[in-house]
Amino acid sequence: MISQQYPALLIIAPLLGAFVVAVLSWVDKKYCFGMAVASLAAATVSSILLLIDVVAQAPEPIVYKLGGWDPPFGISYYVDSLNALVLAVISCVTLVNLGTVRTAVNKEHPGKEGSFYALYLLAVTGHLGMVVTGDAFNLYVLLEIAALSGYALLGMGHRRAAFSTLNYLFMGTIGASFYLLGVGYLYIQTGSLNMVDIAGILTQTGATMTVLTAMSLIFIGVLIKMALFPMHAWLPNAYTHASSPASSLIAPMTTKVMVYVLIRMMLTVFTPDITFSMPPVTETMVWLASAAIVGCALLALSARNLKRMLTYILIAEVGYMVGGAWLGNTTGMTGAVLHIVNDAAMTLVMFLAAACMAYRLKSLDFDDLKGAFSKMPFTMAFFVLGAVAMIGVPPTCGFFSKWYLLLGGVQAGNAGMFGGYVFCGSLILSSLINVVLFFRVFEIAHFEPLAQGVDDHGHPIRPKIPMEEAPPTLVGGLALTAVALVVLGLFTSDIVDVIEAGVLPLLDPSLTDTIFLAVTGS
Amino acid sequence: MIMQSSIFPLLAILAPLAGIPGMMSSKNANVREAWTFASAFATFALALVLLPGVLDGTEYTLTIAPVIPAVPLALKVDSLGMLFAMVSTPLWIVTSLYSIGYMRGLHEPNQTRYFCCFALAISATVGVAFSANLFTMYLFYEMLSFATYPLVTHHQDPEARVSGRKYLLYIVGGSIGLALPAMIIVFSMAGTLDFLPQGVLVGTNIGAGLMAVLVVMFIFGFAKAGVMPFHSWLPAAMVAPTPVSALLHAVAVVKVGVFSVVRVLTGILGVDLLAHFHLSTLISGIAAVTILTASLIALSQKELKRRLAFSTIGQLSYIILGVGLLTPKGITGGMVHIAMHAFGKITLFFCAGAIFVGAGKKYIPDMVGIGRRMPVTMTAFFIGSLSVIGIPLTGGFFSKWYMLQGALDSGQWIFMVVLLVSSLLNAAYFLPIVYKAFFCTDEESLFEPVVKEAPIHCLVPLCITAIVSVVLFFFPDVFRTLAELAVEG
Repeated sequence: MISQQYPALLIIAPLLGAFVVAVLSWVDKKYCFGMAVASLAAATVSSILLLIDVVAQAPEPIVYKLGGWDPPFGISYYVDSLNALVLAVISCVTLVNLGTVRTAVNKEHPGKEGSFYALYLLAVTGHLGMVVTGDAFNLYVLLEIAALSGYALLGMGHRRAAFSTLNYLFMGTIGASFYLLGVGYLYIQTGSLNMVDIAGILTQTGATMTVLTAMSLIFIGVLIKMALFPMHAWLPNAYTHASSPASSLIAPMTTKVMVYVLIRMMLTVFTPDITFSMPPVTETMVWLASAAIVGCALLALSARNLKRMLTYILIAEVGYMVGGAWLGNTTGMTGAVLHIVNDAAMTLVMFLAAACMAYRLKSLDFDDLKGAFSKMPFTMAFFVLGAVAMIGVPPTCGFFSKWYLLLGGVQAGNAGMFGGYVFCGSLILSSLINVVLFFRVFEIAHFEPLAQGVDDHGHPIRPKIPMEEAPPTLVGGLALTAVALVVLGLFTSDIVDVIEAGVLPLLDPSLTDTIFLAVTGS
Repeated sequence: MIMQSSIFPLLAILAPLAGIPGMMSSKNANVREAWTFASAFATFALALVLLPGVLDGTEYTLTIAPVIPAVPLALKVDSLGMLFAMVSTPLWIVTSLYSIGYMRGLHEPNQTRYFCCFALAISATVGVAFSANLFTMYLFYEMLSFATYPLVTHHQDPEARVSGRKYLLYIVGGSIGLALPAMIIVFSMAGTLDFLPQGVLVGTNIGAGLMAVLVVMFIFGFAKAGVMPFHSWLPAAMVAPTPVSALLHAVAVVKVGVFSVVRVLTGILGVDLLAHFHLSTLISGIAAVTILTASLIALSQKELKRRLAFSTIGQLSYIILGVGLLTPKGITGGMVHIAMHAFGKITLFFCAGAIFVGAGKKYIPDMVGIGRRMPVTMTAFFIGSLSVIGIPLTGGFFSKWYMLQGALDSGQWIFMVVLLVSSLLNAAYFLPIVYKAFFCTDEESLFEPVVKEAPIHCLVPLCITAIVSVVLFFFPDVFRTLAELAVEG
């Protein structure tokens, strides 16, 4: 039955695809793109069908045993509504991006298309793998696959890309090492690497010092990997100097997957009982997230380059999700997962718009954006739509995750966690700063270059700027994703149903046995 | 109360949008304007179809999407919404005619962008009128904010840039910074955002303090209402072409702000609950300060459009004051004032634009004797002033009369004094303009006694709205009935 193989197909298709693309690049480079699209499309279809299957049988998860080895000894893939949703989103986003950026790849990586597509598929494999796996150590392996291919992709960029990627490599390796160390402690305590199995054992041992050490090491590692302020310093340079197609792949994917890993660790591995057992820690995390939101928004104000500004907004959004997850209530957790979905879409729109602009404009420095509304009206129109979503205006999706996060913050505040109110305040502040950030760009693109003299009727004579749009495939992909922002917003209640089907069982102790049974079979 | 599902409210919101592709693709200006008229008439017709039913007490509802559980994207046409739609949609037709005369008369650039954004703004306005809950209203409110920005900054010069910044700072800053958190607080307490006759907070454990905070957050958060100190975007927005000032900054945008406040006070916070906590004085007090201050500032303005802008700020707060009295008469008066002020003030703006197109004058001291050159325009200006001041034989009298009665009923005679003093101030800043325009010696007059009016496209609309202002004195029944229905709930 093929339908039972979706979890494996999801990984194998892009993994094998990457090797085939690498071989094809020696034969004839023109086949590489088609092969890459085909293998990623297979993964996307599997992930969507998997989502449909798993929602139908919720709350029982789908467990796929690699090689037929039973857990806890074999590696097993574990899919519930939570990661099925993330899988579907990540695969869709990467597929749309791949289909869109071909012309940009040809322009920015001439002669290296083959290796670009091979690395692209490897990076997607690693990220999808991190989401689908139910094994804590296997997650580390896939983390490294994702990271190494990511370093290579980002390093292929402009002149300074190699240096800033080296910085990323150091920080990324440190983060991954923390994670691995944490998994080691967990193994010492439980003797198991399977996430659900670990959780079962931890309910008996309780929060021992070893477990708490493991927890702090793992969380620190993951927070470094997702670039939570103030551990963010590696990200802006690495993403800004990367090529457009590489950054529009990595930016929507990496931080979101790492947030998923955080949530999975919080809910499945350590279980809410242990994760939220220390109120000061919980409160500190919410304060940290609030600081990240405000701090990164302020840093974004200092940027004089569109892409750099977007990277700061990206890490401010990381704060949204981390804060929501640590509010300690269902609404906040729902908001955090919903924001994984919405932020992936929004970030893709923003970075695709940046890719379109980079294709035609001299650079993305603010001074070079003058007259962009006249030069690239369609790109700018979709950029405006994406910006409106980032600001959080309904009916775009950005509003709805913010709604849940704010509501969760108020609930946490009413329950006695003052940080909840602080979190709400920082969300509102960050929305307002986003208005300033984006309208500053719009002003430059709309008002400048300034008029020279006046005509007979007293109207200023504006320089004529001929229209020069990016290639249709780029703008088409941008249009598709921009419209998706509104569609996602209007279907919020359906997405929330899926999220709650995934999150609620993890918060409900009475369902622990069902999940445990599904994984271990005993 | 009969509830009936209907697709018409959605169609009325989509009708203005439907014309946009036609406007953008037509190379010929006449074809483009034909699209504008087609959508304007369609919008009005679609709203008008529902009017008889609403007058009979029917409410038309439609759920578009269940976006958040308990907070759907939903429409509802009730009497208050219909009242607002009956003001804004017919005036779009008139303004479109005026726009053509004005924009072509001045050879303005980028007219396609102008007409498209205008249609977008009207769609949002109708959306606000027909919203079934606070979330839907917020959605259209924000849509209007962003659709109006390109209109305010139409001239793309440094002055427009500064005004655009100010506009965003107040409007979007208010809605995200104050109205959105207030909405979250209400939802976290009540679990719903539907507009209900008794408000949604009945039965929750809300206290007087939080209630007062919510009132303040909503009144200032919906900064389009121009309540001081959140008003200074409006005079700044006068850099826009005059038809924008006329329809959007005398009718659509500012009335959306006031309408939102009225909706929240009556449908979310609840009149009875506000009265229970004795918040009438707070609401009406905030409004009274704005009324008097704005009227005094208007006296000192030399530029005609800026004087009109400050007059608008004052008149908008009349509506809030009327509703804030929390008596049936006061609320009815406030709601009817939405309509009465709209027709009067749009006439005045049309006249200001006609003077600019026909004589090139913007400043009041330059208008001495202009009645000799533009008698029709200045007569309409006179009628518009009377309506705004609230003198009989114009519709404006009607709403002020109701509000005065409301102030008496509530026993807060101080607000009666405010209303009367403000009427005197209104007269003091409008009537000298008219007086100097007609009654001056030949030496004083800055114009030759040769009649030369603005183009006919500009002249006809201002005559229509001036006549309507008078007609509304004799036949105010549609608006009065709608307002009374809204008060009865």
